[in-house]
Amino acid sequence: MFIAATVGVLASMSLAMTRALMGPTVYDRVLAVNTFGTKTVLLIAALGFLTERPEFLDLSIVYALINFIGTIAVLKFFEYRDLGWTRRPEADAE
Amino acid sequence: MVEFVDIALLVLLGITAFSIIRQKNLFAAVMLAGIYSLLSAGLFVVMDAVDVAFTEAAVGAGISTILMLGTLALVGHSEHQPQHRPILPLFVVILTGAVLVYGTLDIPPFGDASNPAHHHVAPHYLEESEHEIGIPNVVTSVLASYRGYDTMGETTVIFAALVGVLLLLSLGPRPRRVFSNGRWITVAASEKDASEGGAEEAQEDTLQISPEEKTLGDTNG
Repeated sequence: MFIAATVGVLASMSLAMTRALMGPTVYDRVLAVNTFGTKTVLLIAALGFLTERPEFLDLSIVYALINFIGTIAVLKFFEYRDLGWTRRPEADAE
Repeated sequence: MVEFVDIALLVLLGITAFSIIRQKNLFAAVMLAGIYSLLSAGLFVVMDAVDVAFTEAAVGAGISTILMLGTLALVGHSEHQPQHRPILPLFVVILTGAVLVYGTLDIPPFGDASNPAHHHVAPHYLEESEHEIGIPNVVTSVLASYRGYDTMGETTVIFAALVGVLLLLSLGPRPRRVFSNGRWITVAASEKDASEGGAEEAQEDTLQISPEEKTLGDTNG
């Protein structure tokens, strides 16, 4: 069963990568990378059970945190063009 | 089964690498580089190097993506047509790659218990660290005691890097505290400052003192 799960996760990884390659808009690609990070989490978890080392589950939880923070950082960068500054430059000028 | 996962991850890695090379949209290339890092992290996990995989995911997919996006905000989103034929660089890269592959030929086999790395000091650490250092976690006693000076040097390097990055970040177009005429005032970032990034101009001709700072300075004077 874990073999089937691993194969499924690998297949969906390749689908997410296709979207990142083709994706016409910026948000397609951001979402594709986020999805890919989630698939990495699932792959590590499935591999842990497949190789009978269920403690890999803890590792994948930390990966989920990294993935979440990374996506927030990318989107925040798009919104504000800066990470340490919480207002748009246009709002400053007014 | 692990071999199958290895092969699948390596195939995806190869596709990603070639797509990054062929991609003319630099934003897509940055996103693909993030995927490349996640794939490498998966490969490291398969090889049981979970700490390396952590670093790869945090630095490669997290920090580098942000740094490259910051660069893209300055240089634009599309790649220009190169002015030269990169034949010589390609030759140098192929030669270097061949030398590196040649260098891997006499590396000891992966995961073999008789490898030199497992016979130098590792057995001593595993058997003796508990009553030599008194910490149950072997990794902690190696990092903090056996290699204590090494760790202190690393921490110093990271601290120096952090101070440097903070100094660079403080140069941007944002309000700053400036010591002028014997007191500290807040200089607001102007529109001109934000668009051109001229830090010196802001201090000379667009000096704006916030109201509360001004009244504070007046009562003091």
